[in-house]
Amino acid sequence: MKFSMERGTLLKAVAQAQSVVERRNTIPILANVLIEAEGDTASFRATDLDIEVVDKASAQVERAGATTVSAVTLHEIVRKLPDGALVTLTEESASGRITVEAGRSNFSLATLPKEDFPVMASSEYSANFSADAKVLRRLFDKSKFAISTEETRYYLNGVYMHVADGEDGKALRCVATDGHRLARIDAPLPKGAEDMPGIIVPRKTVGELRKLLEDDDMQIAVSVSETKVRFATPDITLTSKVIDGTFPDYTRVIPQGNTRRMEVDAADFAKAVDRVATVSSERSRAVKLALDEDRLILSVNAPDSGAAEEELAVAYSDERLEIGFNAKYLLEIASQVDRENAVFLFNSSGDPTLMREGNDTSAVYVVMPMRV
Amino acid sequence: MPALCRDCLTRFDAGKRCPACHSRRVVQNDELFDLSIAHMDCDAFYASVEKRDNPELEGKPVIIGGGRRGVVSTACYIARIKGVRSAMPMFQALKLCPEAIVVKPRMSAYVEASRAIRAMMDELTPSIEPLSLDEAFLDLTGTERLHGAPPAVMLARLVRRMRNELGLTGSIGLSHNKFLAKVASDLDKPHGFSVIDKAGTEAFLRPRSVRMIWGVGQAAQGALEKAGIRTFDDLLRWERRDLQARFGSMGDRLWHLARGEDRRRVSAHTPMKSISNETTFHEDTSDPDILDGHLWRMSQKVADRAKAKELAGRTVTLKLKRADFSLISRRTTLRDATQMADSIYRSARGLFDQVGSVGPYRLIGTGISDLVPEIDADRAPDLLDTGAAKRGQAERATDKIRARFGPDAIVKGRSLR
Repeated sequence: MKFSMERGTLLKAVAQAQSVVERRNTIPILANVLIEAEGDTASFRATDLDIEVVDKASAQVERAGATTVSAVTLHEIVRKLPDGALVTLTEESASGRITVEAGRSNFSLATLPKEDFPVMASSEYSANFSADAKVLRRLFDKSKFAISTEETRYYLNGVYMHVADGEDGKALRCVATDGHRLARIDAPLPKGAEDMPGIIVPRKTVGELRKLLEDDDMQIAVSVSETKVRFATPDITLTSKVIDGTFPDYTRVIPQGNTRRMEVDAADFAKAVDRVATVSSERSRAVKLALDEDRLILSVNAPDSGAAEEELAVAYSDERLEIGFNAKYLLEIASQVDRENAVFLFNSSGDPTLMREGNDTSAVYVVMPMRV
Repeated sequence: MPALCRDCLTRFDAGKRCPACHSRRVVQNDELFDLSIAHMDCDAFYASVEKRDNPELEGKPVIIGGGRRGVVSTACYIARIKGVRSAMPMFQALKLCPEAIVVKPRMSAYVEASRAIRAMMDELTPSIEPLSLDEAFLDLTGTERLHGAPPAVMLARLVRRMRNELGLTGSIGLSHNKFLAKVASDLDKPHGFSVIDKAGTEAFLRPRSVRMIWGVGQAAQGALEKAGIRTFDDLLRWERRDLQARFGSMGDRLWHLARGEDRRRVSAHTPMKSISNETTFHEDTSDPDILDGHLWRMSQKVADRAKAKELAGRTVTLKLKRADFSLISRRTTLRDATQMADSIYRSARGLFDQVGSVGPYRLIGTGISDLVPEIDADRAPDLLDTGAAKRGQAERATDKIRARFGPDAIVKGRSLR
């Protein structure tokens, strides 16, 4: 195998591969990227056995072939090469090594046989559809902060993507929760997604997927089965196992009868929460919201460290209410709002609170209050 | 040399017998009436309580411990003559002393006896640091004017009262710091009174093994031996810097202890670090229902203790011991600290379900750590667990019933498995 590529293109492909390989793995081949050169393309394949990413890039192929080499080392080398350099990779079958040449730099790296590289079993996808990168980006960006890290509830360690009845008919919906807050984001259902089974996309996959979604108008081909999901651009194919578990019935968690409505400028609100939370103790970070006629008083009282209070003008006309929240959760939720005012719907100080952007119900957030 | 009769509390000038009552139970030391840090350790506490409460046990070897598979928690002095020791597996203890009478622990009786002793100690000083039910450090510094007698006299009076009023004996170690007081109380057991004075500290320590140091277990001992340190004499040859470099913070402590220095104060409020409970089964089991029942009971015991101490934990641990004695331990950190049996059980159960091996197991245990005051606990209910609030109320109500009618007044069905 021998081929040459421009350094920038190579770096992009190798970067994606090295972020997929598991840093601390016990199976040596899993640290490697499988490089295959044929026709006028070179492809780079990496896997951690749960996720597989294949990045294809055009290359000047002199001799077709395939081998595997450490993804991290190759990435480090390419990263340090000068911009615009032409990089040549040559497999030396005699020595079992691969050489990386660029200008006057020359590297020789150990390889492992391509036959040992695990290839993810192909799957029959029951639904195939196409979605705009920006639609998927919104679905995952606005929900991923709520993904749980609790290993005992592994079925919450991802984003639940499924078909649901939204306000304006069928929707492609992403839900994530860690039991303290919940995000539910809807997008119009793309054609072909109607029969998609609901799947839990693992946290790491969400992170890798994000790299495919930078370009607003890029069309992403999505394929879904009960056990796998695939996202593909013309160059990159990301295949991932989905979390084998049942996502809890989140609909009963979303409050329907919350009538006490507060409208506030989301940015002002977030800044105020951040300021008063400065004095709260590291562990609880509880912020108290005291609501009265068009007035919100945010306060923190931490006996060990101090107290803080800040008043904000809000739209509120219901009866007095005092309710406490974890400051971090409030901040994260408030920072999801980017267009309009944040609308909070409260019930009592012990019931879940709902937050959305203006009257837009395509993105709703639920947060559990805490005793203060 | 100042001397004290431990029977009639007469103070006199040196001699083997008390001039007043002719007792031989005399303690004498140049610094006897100047030292004020003490360690009181009850003699074979659980066994002594049992013997006191059941005259039929008098003169017989008694072992306190749970079941055939458990370990010895206390052995009376008669059983100790045969070689029975605390923490020894029960089968081994019974091999050494087959005639021993094995008594199941009655914690409530021991707690009661411990409280009575504590009340007597409270009369001596507010500076008491209990280490367990049957031992405590006491700092009597500055109490001589108050009591009209030096600490040594008050301590001798304490153990005399314990014997007369409670029928329990204890041993006193008196010295100038905690480390030496604890060492001293062990020198003359049972019913002893030993003194390690300042002048004699170095000579006393020199030939002794560093194993004596509280907190030096097998691992630390191994590390010390690798460095050629077996006795305090060996330790004294080390430069402070070298000890620090080799053993980190322990090195510094060792350097001080080698010189008989220990600046730790007797503190009534040593923060608790964790609360845990475990049980060894009569027979190894892999029956998930039985294990589940035990797990619930352990969780409830942990919760009971946490509630009594007004504490809650942010980390829940699960401990399993396989039939081959290999240990499995798992932990999970909660978003919201808890003291509720229900939450501890659910977290531990989640960990158990993830273990992946099927057993059989010989032991199961659970615990909480990363403790916080209860006011900071159970503040944010779980959004997804809509039944949690109800179960929480049920647990609080159950607690009230159990507080009034005893711990078994109301139990969950799963604890009966």
